[in-house]
Amino acid sequence: MDAFTTLNGVVAPLDRSNVDTDAIIPKQFLKSIKRSGFGPNAFDEWRYLDTGEPDVDCSGRPLNPEFVLNQPRYQGASVLLTRKNFGCGSSREHAPWALLDYGFRCVISPSFADIFYNNCFKNGILPIIQPEAAVDRLFEQTFEAEGYALKIDLLKQSIILPDGESLSFEIDAFRKDALLKGLDEVGLTLQYASDIKAFEDKHRTAMPWVFSE
Amino acid sequence: MAGQTLYDKLWESHVVREDESGSTLIYIDRQLVHEVTSPQAFEGMRLSGRKAWRSGASLGVPDHNVPTIDRDKGIVDPVAKKQVDTLEQNCKDFGITEFLMGDPRQGIVHVIGPEQGITVPGITLVCGDSHTSTHGAFAALAFGIGTSEVEHVLSTQCLVQKKSKNLQVRVDGALKPGVEAKDVALAIIGVIGTAGGTGYSIEFAGSAIESLSMEGRMSLCNLAIEAGARTGLVAVDDTTLEYVKNRPYGPTAEQWSQAESVWKTLHSDDDAVFDKVITLAAEGIEPQVTWGTSPEMVVPISGRVPNPADEADAVKSSGMARALEYMGLAANTPMTDIPVDVVFIGSCTNSRIEDMRAAATVAKGRKVSDKIKYAMVVPGSGLVKAQAEEEGLDKILIEAGFQWRDPGCSMCLAMNADKLLSQERCASTSNRNFEGRQGNGGRTHLVSPSIAAASAIAGVFATPESL
Ligand code: SF4
Repeated sequence: MDAFTTLNGVVAPLDRSNVDTDAIIPKQFLKSIKRSGFGPNAFDEWRYLDTGEPDVDCSGRPLNPEFVLNQPRYQGASVLLTRKNFGCGSSREHAPWALLDYGFRCVISPSFADIFYNNCFKNGILPIIQPEAAVDRLFEQTFEAEGYALKIDLLKQSIILPDGESLSFEIDAFRKDALLKGLDEVGLTLQYASDIKAFEDKHRTAMPWVFSE
Repeated sequence: MAGQTLYDKLWESHVVREDESGSTLIYIDRQLVHEVTSPQAFEGMRLSGRKAWRSGASLGVPDHNVPTIDRDKGIVDPVAKKQVDTLEQNCKDFGITEFLMGDPRQGIVHVIGPEQGITVPGITLVCGDSHTSTHGAFAALAFGIGTSEVEHVLSTQCLVQKKSKNLQVRVDGALKPGVEAKDVALAIIGVIGTAGGTGYSIEFAGSAIESLSMEGRMSLCNLAIEAGARTGLVAVDDTTLEYVKNRPYGPTAEQWSQAESVWKTLHSDDDAVFDKVITLAAEGIEPQVTWGTSPEMVVPISGRVPNPADEADAVKSSGMARALEYMGLAANTPMTDIPVDVVFIGSCTNSRIEDMRAAATVAKGRKVSDKIKYAMVVPGSGLVKAQAEEEGLDKILIEAGFQWRDPGCSMCLAMNADKLLSQERCASTSNRNFEGRQGNGGRTHLVSPSIAAASAIAGVFATPESL
């Protein structure tokens, strides 16, 4: 996983609430057994006018001009601004994989669905929760100014607006540390292998049926 | 000190170690693995040269992608086939038991877990599928995880988690005849919204919940995730113990009394404090139908499609208008006037034997309306299918004009050949009515099995009583 320290990125506004993971990456693309290559199919049903199929080159497909991410001014965006309950629905990690592959490293929303929120951290994406009012304001400014960009500083837990104002955000200390260092979580857990073994011994006595194998 | 909630107890009994920051390493007793969310996890393990920590803790089964007809011909779609074959190879390489497609025990992960006694009270259980909340019906701490976490559990048998808050949803009183667990779940989501449970573990309690069968409780907990909660729980009672007895992967006869004494403690203490409590009166719940593209967009079947103009909140109102446009519905239309094209009875929400019986009861001696393009019934597992056939339910359904399929997720997420065409309207017993969920442009209305079956007969949304 790539570490996340600071980001200076153009903001793309996705002005919808309850954007679900089916919308982020439709199910037909879940048949892949790889982690990469989902970017061209991110938001596939909204983004293209035809129906997307796996293993089809997207470069020649007709784009939906109405869809916000297709507007020239938001090309190259790495910060996604959106409304509440982003990432609800299926647990598919293909959703953060698709966002990452598209180029997003940070998503700002008033709230996220739990599993999606978790999945972001495993993939070096920073999900930031901001109050509705702050999100409203960011939307307004993004619509107003072409090329609107935010500076995100994970260490300081702040979003710096173009006018220099900064908004702070909360993040769990463990997740922050893992993201800052780009740590392999499995490796981290295996440092505690002896604790796990000790727990298992105790647990085996308390609930032997769990270890029926 | 205040007592503990059921969730607190389950959590506490699985803590391996705690960090100063509140991040906790919790032990995962069992994992269910399917073909869609696991390949990248196994690949990750290969790349880092890791083995399964305890291969006996996991069970693999293909369900999301498998065909529901002509199984003897194998999987025609090469991409789906590759995924199913990859699961088989991975299970072999990592020493994990798998129920293959031809195995009579094969079925949807959330149906076979309880059926096999893999799901028992008091355990932690995960699966790379959000509807893992289903297993909470057994007072098991069960939740859906992403692929990185699947890899984490396979490699360490643990997960780094933060404890959720406690939400109790109480439904007291007696449910009206014809009201099923599915209706209770949809009514709850209608009240608290799809994000109402975010950050919480929900415990369902109250006399109406206690009166539900285990299958009803599974349907209810299955939909906890649609209310935003990763976990839904119901306390252990005699109904639970009765169901769990003599299942292949459950406790042995010698272990039973020890198990029972542990399991009987699996309820919230009388003085437990919940962060939030929501109460519904059972008598007020009617059969439900969703009208929009989110499970919270739901009304009683006697109701009408709501009018976005009546909604004061501008963001909500425009969301409603967009949903109506997608669904091809006009505001104020009575739900029972809406014509249905396709009927799907299945998915991990409603594909167990009681659901098959409910559908057959409605179908008996009747015919699927000629306005319906097709109506399909997809049992949740090979064993459910066999049981239904033993009871003659398949004959009743086929006689009435329903298709009788092989087990799998099928049109719940339309990864196999079972999918809606654009603008087709489906009365579905599944759990998600998102745009395109059952096929591009398809329009999904979530309902109970009885309503789905009755709608197949009537050609419009209907209750069995109205037929
Ligand atoms: S039936 Fe639907 S919700 Fe259930 S496991 Fe399968 S795809 Fe997921």
